Amino acid sequence: MWSRIKLSKLSYLALALLIGGLIFIVCSPKKDTMGTDDAASKVFVPPGSYDDFYAFLSGGFSGQVSVYGLPSGRLLKVIPVFAVNPENGWGYTEETKPMLTSVHGFIPWDDSHHPELSMTDGVPDGRWLFINANNTPRIARINLGTFRTDEILEIPNSGGSHASPFTTINTEYVVSATRFSVPIPDKDVPIASYKENFRGTVTFIKVDPKEGDMNIAFQILVPGYNFDLSHAGKGPSNGWFFFSCYNTEQAHTLLEVNASQNDKDFIMAVNWKKAEEYIAQGKFKEWASEYQRNRWDERTQTTIVEKLNKVKMLDPKECPDMLYLMPCPKSPHGADVDPSGEYIAGGGKLAGMVPVFSFSKMIKAIEEKAFDGDRDGIPVLKYDAVLAGEVQESGLGPLHTEFDDKGYGYTSHFITSEIVKWKIGTWEVVDRAPTYYSVGHLMIPGGDSKKPWGKYLLAMNKITKDRYLPTGPELTQSAQLFDISGDKMKMLSDFPTIGEPHYAQGIPAELVRKREVKFFDINKNEHKYVTKGPREAKVVRTGKEVHVWMTASRSHFTPDNIEGFKVGDVVYFHVTNIEQDWDVPHGFAIKGTQNSELLIMPGETCTMKWEPKKAGIYPFYCTDFCSALHQEMQGYARVSEANSNVPISFNKD
Amino acid sequence: MKILKTVLILFAVSVMVLACGDSGEKVKATPTKAAKAANPNGLTDFEMLHGIGPIKEALKLSETIDVALAKKGEKTFELKCFQCHRVDSKLVGPQLHDVTQRRTPEYIVNMMLNPEGMIQKHPEAKKLFAQFLTPMANQNLTKDEAMSILEYLRKEGKEVKKGS
Repeated sequence: MWSRIKLSKLSYLALALLIGGLIFIVCSPKKDTMGTDDAASKVFVPPGSYDDFYAFLSGGFSGQVSVYGLPSGRLLKVIPVFAVNPENGWGYTEETKPMLTSVHGFIPWDDSHHPELSMTDGVPDGRWLFINANNTPRIARINLGTFRTDEILEIPNSGGSHASPFTTINTEYVVSATRFSVPIPDKDVPIASYKENFRGTVTFIKVDPKEGDMNIAFQILVPGYNFDLSHAGKGPSNGWFFFSCYNTEQAHTLLEVNASQNDKDFIMAVNWKKAEEYIAQGKFKEWASEYQRNRWDERTQTTIVEKLNKVKMLDPKECPDMLYLMPCPKSPHGADVDPSGEYIAGGGKLAGMVPVFSFSKMIKAIEEKAFDGDRDGIPVLKYDAVLAGEVQESGLGPLHTEFDDKGYGYTSHFITSEIVKWKIGTWEVVDRAPTYYSVGHLMIPGGDSKKPWGKYLLAMNKITKDRYLPTGPELTQSAQLFDISGDKMKMLSDFPTIGEPHYAQGIPAELVRKREVKFFDINKNEHKYVTKGPREAKVVRTGKEVHVWMTASRSHFTPDNIEGFKVGDVVYFHVTNIEQDWDVPHGFAIKGTQNSELLIMPGETCTMKWEPKKAGIYPFYCTDFCSALHQEMQGYARVSEANSNVPISFNKD
Repeated sequence: MKILKTVLILFAVSVMVLACGDSGEKVKATPTKAAKAANPNGLTDFEMLHGIGPIKEALKLSETIDVALAKKGEKTFELKCFQCHRVDSKLVGPQLHDVTQRRTPEYIVNMMLNPEGMIQKHPEAKKLFAQFLTPMANQNLTKDEAMSILEYLRKEGKEVKKGS
């Protein structure tokens, strides 16, 4: 700090005159690393100050979403989505357990891949974040007012929701395309009958513009490829969606080799306005399809589960001019639309260059029927007729492209571990920056929208060996932050991540902060078992079921002594946090619980199911340090033998 | 100093009388500079007497109790305050049957709406914190809610007074 202050206040000439040339030589290299443009000062957010951006990273195999501040890289929160989270009771409380149910029953885990912010006029608006479950196909919607998962919609007729959940420019639709083609509807067939029986689907989910509720509007039956990633058109291409497809060989074994035969796979263009017309004309078939929608009801603080049983299916064979295939080298990953909406960059994992397609050329090619045959009746457009240009010799393993606001694309290259910056229009490479190591996705805040905030780029890396202190065989993944405000990309910092981030979204902090919920209004709490003040606390037995209406506040529970439980009872503790201030959650845990703790936000009611197995005294306590007398926030439950006559009793003071 | 204190007390009492009177007139406290300097934490005379918070002027209150408002206040009190306060007995915080005798209405409302500020700066609130050891929680009451609770406490206060 001393040298920093001194150096910034005095010129080196003055220093040299004062303390001599030797000191000058020793100190001068520090100017590069500790001067005003050094990396450390660019990511340093002083204690008590806020970051400029929120970054939402998928948790990958953790099933969750992590929230970091940029530029600091400070982890702000892990939002539980598809995996249970004992830390706050997600998937353990009676209220949240149904959120993780599906037609396959209770699913305690999934693989979350691609976060996507809701948009208004093609720009992230800070209302919701969508994310897909790749394993048991589902899409979740997170409320960015509460940072809580408000809805999980199951996707029927899908083998795995990977090319999802990308949104149209006004969040009219969120899409989900299957990664694994499967028999649709699913049935018991030999795997070797893949070409005959296996198909893909693209699902269009309508989003309620006010509440955000998701409903499947329709599905499109597509060839049995693997659908990887997607983006919606914008500007001139609004009304279209672009999906990358690989395994157009339709291999079903050793895909590593067998799905790498074709020099070109496809980017599938979907005219969704046309699809809407076909739906309006009734050109769909209603398919019996079991799936489930789980929606959080803020009013009753419970999950509303709806079991649904049909979808509207469009078959491209009966719906011409809806789908086109653009040949794309080779096993493409990204399908990324530039801010203007004219260009679509493909990311051929096995190609040594980045093909960029032109939307206006695509429309012209369709008009002129510049086709190269068809696949399953879907016209294949001529490569040269739709190509805008190729970013030549970009590197190996191009995966995913984000854009800045100055006319450049940035493409991650997995095999050569680098980010390649190229100019839209000339397709020339203008800069390269190594990553450490094996970068997957990139994120520029707004970098897939109409309005990128092109100050930072975040690279998400799969491999980190030798980058951090070792932690046994399992090492962390990482994110690396680059300054992209100048001509050259400059690495500023890196930080470990939770799980494996596949993709991320970034947004200026103020767009989210203005919607912040600080606590839940206790007056609006209509939970079935809310306790509106200690006077309403009670314990009620109905047969073997015992319900406890309990309040929590700094620093006691009411009641805090309960007798009359019996072995074999099924006890429900409904704990209402009656505080009405920010950052005052209370926890609740009782000895022998086979669920997780409760973590109850102010104004909220949460329920723990407890089945005591032995007679005795069971302490319960607050698990979240709430006040100076937190340690005093405790109570006792007395459990008697099944045949005892101890009546239910409890105190109120 | 002694003279100053006497002046202050007289002034404070007069404000209190006016504030609690049923004249319905708006009363503004206008402390002198000298008086302000004499108070701890640089509090104004108004703040010394009426607390620190959103209530910066004397409240207009009628002599008679608005029973419907008091009933509403009781309901909010039982939802948001009852965990720590009872009217008739000490619990986590002080008993409240006589609070309207001890404090001005403005002080009571400021304490409800700005407990953190009061505990940090007001000598009376500090004293109570030292005695009860638990800081009063901010329940983010609206001003209307606080006014209804005040009405409830005034009603309880009158009943206690009658009974005593």
